[in-house]
Amino acid sequence: MPVGAKAMIVREALQGLFDALVTEGYRTLGPTLREGAIVYDDVRHVSELPAGWTDSQEAGRYQLRRREDAAWFGFNVGPHSWKRFLHPPLELLWSARRSGDSFEITVPAAEAKLALIGVRACELHAIAIQDRVFCAGRYRDDSYQARRTDTFIVAVNCGQAGGTCFCVSMGSGPKAAAGFDLSLTELLGADRATFLVEVGSEAGARMLERIASRPPTEAELAGAQAALERTAARMGRKLDTTHLRELLREQAGHPRWDEAGERCLSCGNCTMVCPTCFCTSVEDHSSLDGAAAGRVRLWDSCFTLDFSYVHGGSVRHSTGARYRHWLAHKLSYWIDQFGTSGCVGCGRCITWCPVGIDITEEAAALRTPGRAKRKEVTHEEP
Amino acid sequence: MDRRLRLAVWKFASCDGCQLSLLDCEDELLAVAEALEIASFPEASSAVAPGPYDLSLVEGSITTAHDAERIREVRRQSRHVVTLGACATAGGIQALRNFASIDELVAAVYPSPGYIETLATSTPIGAHVPVDFELRGCPINKVQLLEVISAFLAGRRPAVAAHSVCIECKRRGTACVMVQGVPCLGPVTHAGCAALCPAYGRGCYGCYGPMESANVTALARRWQALGATPQRFEQALRSFNAAAAGLQRK
Repeated sequence: MPVGAKAMIVREALQGLFDALVTEGYRTLGPTLREGAIVYDDVRHVSELPAGWTDSQEAGRYQLRRREDAAWFGFNVGPHSWKRFLHPPLELLWSARRSGDSFEITVPAAEAKLALIGVRACELHAIAIQDRVFCAGRYRDDSYQARRTDTFIVAVNCGQAGGTCFCVSMGSGPKAAAGFDLSLTELLGADRATFLVEVGSEAGARMLERIASRPPTEAELAGAQAALERTAARMGRKLDTTHLRELLREQAGHPRWDEAGERCLSCGNCTMVCPTCFCTSVEDHSSLDGAAAGRVRLWDSCFTLDFSYVHGGSVRHSTGARYRHWLAHKLSYWIDQFGTSGCVGCGRCITWCPVGIDITEEAAALRTPGRAKRKEVTHEEP
Repeated sequence: MDRRLRLAVWKFASCDGCQLSLLDCEDELLAVAEALEIASFPEASSAVAPGPYDLSLVEGSITTAHDAERIREVRRQSRHVVTLGACATAGGIQALRNFASIDELVAAVYPSPGYIETLATSTPIGAHVPVDFELRGCPINKVQLLEVISAFLAGRRPAVAAHSVCIECKRRGTACVMVQGVPCLGPVTHAGCAALCPAYGRGCYGCYGPMESANVTALARRWQALGATPQRFEQALRSFNAAAAGLQRK
């Protein structure tokens, strides 16, 4: 089947895809229930998918709920993102062992290739952004690139929008447009459930040939389209991006930053759950006898004092300054740096902020001229 | 001649739990003993060799005039002083006395208060002598203790982060318990435990004391929104690190 072709499979046939991927040596990852949430983890069987579950999300609130139907993908993005596998929270870069007067360095062996199943449109965009961060520039991240080269991606089109979703504002959803091998739209009929499958790559086409499919009917195509339109119309949040890049540059002295700084815990949760935040720190460890050492890379956050520590102290000492840096980088400087916004409208930073700070609300507030401290001083000057 | 650096372990007002973390390094203890001469560690051995020492690990807080004098002597004899745990770095649970009248407390506990000679406050080691490194926790994490010792031996800075528990919690992949309705001290608490309690569905108890920029006021508002009374929040803060500067409300 050519790229762009569409086919129907009965829902249970998805197991065949899991099996085929495992046979091909993939580690299959997908959504599953754990700790009262829908997380991403190893999933080998469709029975491990969160069938019949959904989530209710608001700023600082996440709750699992039962669905009235038995949809397999009837939920929105949860606390995890695929970053956890493509750009792991802790990675041993190398280890070294003393040998005689010299030492030997060992680089960890490559891990199994990954198949990501259930990737949403916003997440495809997030992966594309991290690809650009890690692989497109002058400095390439070898371990990230190795993991990405062999990734097989099964996208899922969102049949509903979450309370903190705003992918429509960011132009990143709800339809999976590119960056997948296969995409699925779950169609729940009165008598049986099916997936409309779209081929996104030759690898995807080869995989689809291994399971039974048939051409879709006009009604099925229309049904899938209608579901996406419904989702797009029901976004929980919106973010006006008009001139946002310039606006944020101009509003560095807006009092809203300090107000956010009073509410912000500087705990770093937003950066950890964000699917595009990529910052890390590097730690060196050594053994007690000095014969072995290792270098580890860990997820870091611009909300820590250490992050901007230079000789003499931290450059962004106040929490307001750290919040400003994060938000302005995400929505403005990111464009200067990587040619795209750093935000995909997934809403994780809103849902998983323990005090419910809302990036869409903060960005909107910056459009209202506050009594800017910096400007006030300028105006008062004789 | 023994060329190993000399280690001493000291106890002040404390429960001994942090010193036990060193003995608890069963698999690594021989390596520690090979790298360092354990010159003085009364909890482990009655054979105590005199100073000076290269590295002193200090557990406990200062609660008596005698201990206030003794810690100065420890400092004089030690090239490098590392404090272990909440008592030594924040005054410990016994610093609850700092918020009450010591005379009333002594009268309530002892039948003959006249025999008790104690200070009105429990204070951390750093309030009395310069400290080279403070390791947090109640008790400390043995992995971090080994990191501090290894770093000292290699002459490097220990990789011990001062950020929130949340960062460790998210690295671990735990779904935030607070966003699911469980009041948690993680956002204001210093990392070090690898976010143990949230991994078991419980809110953080704050064993490692305040993180580098703890916003206690904002967290208090959120706890209240989750149905925890201001008294309950106050009680949650009044534990092992009650007297830590970062936890005091404006």
